[in-house]
Amino acid sequence: MCTTALDVERVRKVFTRKERMPRPAGAPRFAPRRVRREQVVALKDIDLQITKGEVFGVLGPNGSGKSTLIRLASTLLLPDAGALRIFGHDIEKEPYAVKQLINRVSVDAAFFKKFSPLENLMYAARLYGMPPSEARPRMRKILTRLGLKPTTFTQPMEHMSRGMQQKVAVARGFLTSPVMLLLDEPTTGLDPHSKRDVQAFVREIRETHDATVLLTTHDMEEADRLCDRIAIIDDGRIAALDTPGGLKARVPSSNGERTSMEDVFIALTGRSFEDAEAAKEVAT
Amino acid sequence: MSSRAVVRELRGAYAFVERNVNLIKRYWGWELVWLIYSLTNALAITYIGNGMGAITGQAIDTQAVVKYLLVGALIWQYLSVIFYAISEMIAWERWEGTIEYTFMAPVSRPTHLVGTTLFAIGYGIIRTLAILAIVSAFFRLDLSGANITGAVLMLLAGSVSFVGLGIWAAVLPLLYPERGAQMTNAVAAILLLISGVYYPIDTLPQWLQPIAMSSPATYVIRGMRSCLIDGDATSTLLPTIGLLVAIGSVVIAIGLFVFRYVEGYAKRAGRLKRSG
Repeated sequence: MCTTALDVERVRKVFTRKERMPRPAGAPRFAPRRVRREQVVALKDIDLQITKGEVFGVLGPNGSGKSTLIRLASTLLLPDAGALRIFGHDIEKEPYAVKQLINRVSVDAAFFKKFSPLENLMYAARLYGMPPSEARPRMRKILTRLGLKPTTFTQPMEHMSRGMQQKVAVARGFLTSPVMLLLDEPTTGLDPHSKRDVQAFVREIRETHDATVLLTTHDMEEADRLCDRIAIIDDGRIAALDTPGGLKARVPSSNGERTSMEDVFIALTGRSFEDAEAAKEVAT
Repeated sequence: MSSRAVVRELRGAYAFVERNVNLIKRYWGWELVWLIYSLTNALAITYIGNGMGAITGQAIDTQAVVKYLLVGALIWQYLSVIFYAISEMIAWERWEGTIEYTFMAPVSRPTHLVGTTLFAIGYGIIRTLAILAIVSAFFRLDLSGANITGAVLMLLAGSVSFVGLGIWAAVLPLLYPERGAQMTNAVAAILLLISGVYYPIDTLPQWLQPIAMSSPATYVIRGMRSCLIDGDATSTLLPTIGLLVAIGSVVIAIGLFVFRYVEGYAKRAGRLKRSG
């Protein structure tokens, strides 16, 4: 098998946003409103290679293009230019081969809300061709490992807290033993305890399985703690790419304290996370 | 395709059957409401036939009118279940928020469709039989001369074309995340209007009649009436059954092609999830 798990080659992704303009003053109420089309460039000719077995972090503020990258790797989006390959399989030309290798955990734990965790996981298992006899014990094992009580396994998901739902989402991601796991802000919005559980599980998977992990986050500490290498992404471009230590070494400590990833982000992009997010909000 | 791949695809198809059965169990209240709505609708339409004599003040063969309307109501009931089950396969996923997970899974679209169709046919038959059983308590329905074998064949052949129409309509929620599901209702309403469900199509305006002839429902409902009311032999129905299978095969093939194209467009435009 190819040793490059993810190969992103000059990938560009542009979205078209439509906005209805207000009617000119004095125009009749039934007059049609003009529609303005605006091009939003989410990824600007990104190049990236992730090696098999690596935990690779993509760190950036909201709207920087992290989720677009993950959704491209998930075959849910197609690039406007460039190519994206997973273990040598092009996501556009060989989507079926790619889908067999990946799974994804996203920030929004999307489930059939009236179903129980076991029903949702069984649906996922069948979609991935897992025999029920193999899926059932594995589902229970992963849910238990993530700290869910067996009494919750058969309760409707809609009655669960956000943290518990996200743990089920993590269980769904790992259930099919993907060769490449795409984690799109898996701990955003979780309480500290749930966050620790999920992070510990990612570390455990890394140590016990031969999986490659692509993790997007805007939690600097999380990226620092979990990732072998980190790409800092800002406004659709990779501003820097190195090991956490390598990135910190680029930025001298200013006040005698240890350099944080936040210091690195400010030094390399020229603005703070908050400023970058505010600028994105104004632009959109 | 290897036997392992076939088993994998069968598991994928069964995932949709099991999921839809679970959805019915969880949303049983909605199902009950929908059943009552369909039942009262069928009863209300059939009572029009019962009251025709009183409405017109003329001697009318009420039994014939009741049978005519009842067969139309029940068959439309079945066909619309098939149509909605297929056409809403995207709308449901959007509503639950699971569309990206289903589209990311290693399941081909034909497998997705086979699973949804198997569920739709089973569900449609059970639902229609339940309505038939209740309606029979209100009207004396004599089906002693009916050709049941021919009716079953006709219904299955009609299902094929409605699966195809459902695929066409399923494209709408993929293209239009907000309005697509409502658009499928408009498609069903147009089919109801033009397909001679409650009246012969020659009562329609001249310009609408060629369009009515292009609707597969026109042939299914006409064929079902000739089986159930006139008791026509299966051999005489074969040309219509063949025509329905041919129409259905073409409509499904084109539908799958269009769906694949639109899925590609949705992935390029970022329409599987609204925010890019």
